[in-house]
Amino acid sequence: MFKWFVTWFHRFGSPPHFYRLAGRWLPWLTTLFVVTVIAGLYGGLVLAPADYQQGESFRIIYVHVPAAWMSMFIYVVMAFCGIVILVWRMKMAEIVLSCSAPIGASFTFLALVTGSLWGKPMWGTYWVWDARLTSELILLFLYLGVIGLYGAIDDKRVAARAVAILSIVGVVNIPIIHFSVEWWNSLHQGPTVTKFDKPSIDIRMLIPLLLMALAFQIYYVIALFQAARAAILQRERNSRWVEELVKP
Amino acid sequence: MKRLSLSQAFWFLLRRDLLLAMRNRAELANPLLFFVMVITLFPLAVGADPNLLSRIAAGIIWVAALLASMLSLDSIFRSDFEDGTLEQLLLSAHPLPVLVLAKVSAHWLVSGLPLLLIAPLLAMMLGLDSDAYGVLLLTILLGTPVLSLIGSIGVALTIGLPKGGIILSLLVLPLYVPVLIFAASAIEVVSSGLPATAQLSMMLAFLFLALSLSPVATAAALKMSMS
Amino acid sequence: MTALLETRELTCVKDDRMLFEGLNLALKPGQILLVEGRNGSGKTSLLRILTGLNLPESGEVLWQGKSISDVGADFYEQVNYIGHHDGIKRDLTCLENLRLVQAMGKPLPISLDDALEQVNLLRFGDNFVATLSAGQKRRLALARLVVTEASLWIMDEPFTSLDKASMVLFQRMFEQHLAAGGIIVMTSHHDIEMPDSDVQRLDLSA
Repeated sequence: MFKWFVTWFHRFGSPPHFYRLAGRWLPWLTTLFVVTVIAGLYGGLVLAPADYQQGESFRIIYVHVPAAWMSMFIYVVMAFCGIVILVWRMKMAEIVLSCSAPIGASFTFLALVTGSLWGKPMWGTYWVWDARLTSELILLFLYLGVIGLYGAIDDKRVAARAVAILSIVGVVNIPIIHFSVEWWNSLHQGPTVTKFDKPSIDIRMLIPLLLMALAFQIYYVIALFQAARAAILQRERNSRWVEELVKP
Repeated sequence: MKRLSLSQAFWFLLRRDLLLAMRNRAELANPLLFFVMVITLFPLAVGADPNLLSRIAAGIIWVAALLASMLSLDSIFRSDFEDGTLEQLLLSAHPLPVLVLAKVSAHWLVSGLPLLLIAPLLAMMLGLDSDAYGVLLLTILLGTPVLSLIGSIGVALTIGLPKGGIILSLLVLPLYVPVLIFAASAIEVVSSGLPATAQLSMMLAFLFLALSLSPVATAAALKMSMS
Repeated sequence: MTALLETRELTCVKDDRMLFEGLNLALKPGQILLVEGRNGSGKTSLLRILTGLNLPESGEVLWQGKSISDVGADFYEQVNYIGHHDGIKRDLTCLENLRLVQAMGKPLPISLDDALEQVNLLRFGDNFVATLSAGQKRRLALARLVVTEASLWIMDEPFTSLDKASMVLFQRMFEQHLAAGGIIVMTSHHDIEMPDSDVQRLDLSA
């Protein structure tokens, strides 16, 4: 099992292999994504019953919650890649890290937009300094910092090491920031309407939510593979296998 | 001859940086002036109502302290980077995180500590509750070193960039959020007559965390920036 | 005698350009390596890789048979690097600068006045570096070699802004270092004349 994992790790770590493997997987992943997203949306928007407090407007959680989950998940993936970069200097980890940042930032942005759209019927205004939204906003800043730093350094191998350090520093700070903001919020606003922490959620609401979360995960992998394939071609443009590949 | 012990090297570098700062006294006042000026802007912007000002005094002072500390960050490594001394520090036989800690400490002594001296005056001008003065000073004492330590990571990451300044603020400000929240809250809580032990303990915890982790990250970032 | 400093299959890539590939070097005590080549051929990169400041794309640098990243402090104690920048502070005096150099490295038991005399800066001990000429600054930077005990000297254009007499002075110093079993790796646009030394040349443009 371990041996299998090591070979797999090495194959995945080599750009040409990754390029081919990702290319082969993409159609399958896309099919899987379409199926789960249709099932999730149908279950969430049509089959699930309306919420007894929030009515129909709660249905935005089928986009908002998976997006918020992804925004944190991707940052953790980036920090993991950061460790791999600093310890083993693996090229694929550099590519995964740099390609994940814009995707993660987009999910964070999506979570912010859907959260504030939800705020209108809930609170009567598009923006309140709710703990979750504020944390999400700061997370967006952290993502933008990674993207900005990566863009500012010309030598992309050096840039990858810089953002590796930054994302590790960030991932240590995220729980602290999150905790501080929660604490700040509880101090200043008193208990607000809790949106997610229901004691029990109806199973007909939960299953579509999990399906949507799965769909978002698959979408991340698809977006990552496509961005990574483009990045590999650009980075390895002087190597023989790319020359052979693009030869008409 | 044997090389210096670790603590001797630490103190040597600290003293050298303080000496250099004293020889450039004119630059010492800049963050302090900035701190005072930002605070002057607030009454002009929100009005001079004493009630309003005393209510938001803690927040104003801390936002200004945060910005002042961020503006002065660049000077931690700038001159050493430009004249090649930083290269030599990286090649020193002493562990780089310790040397980094010496430099950051020196930087805090010349840029963070003066804020401590002027803060009571500004607090008085903003009409902060006089019971809160002690806690204000404590938060500055505990909080500004954290800002310098976290900031040093950002400077180390951006030192080689032609336009590092603007991106530095993007990297560093989100990481300053916890310090800002707990510092401002400590002062506010004390003004309303409650104890601020929880907030101050949290800040102490942040300080220890930053002291132990950030020099390592800064050292790694400097090695990256110099390659 | 076995080699002190070795490289194994060093490859350096900069901005998509392969500067050198599969470079194997071995330097014994008493040897000097002159790195030559056109501008941009990777001389500075090679020197910085040897100090550990830069990382090679692949391959490794060995000190006494062990990778320099594993040796750490014991390697850095043995290295003196003179780069493009002088690595001295304008706002400190010459003596203060040398004290800093000693504090950060492994000091030699030599009085700093003697050290300054060796590089012809004796009268300038208490002068601020900002008041020195470019050549004098370079001499002060090279005084690092006199005040610390390091067996490996890595120098990138050490003779920049030096006059003829100073160049001769430092070449004598290099010869002494080699005779005492030291190693030198350097680049220079100037011709060097060190007839008694074991001079090796590496042309990176070839």
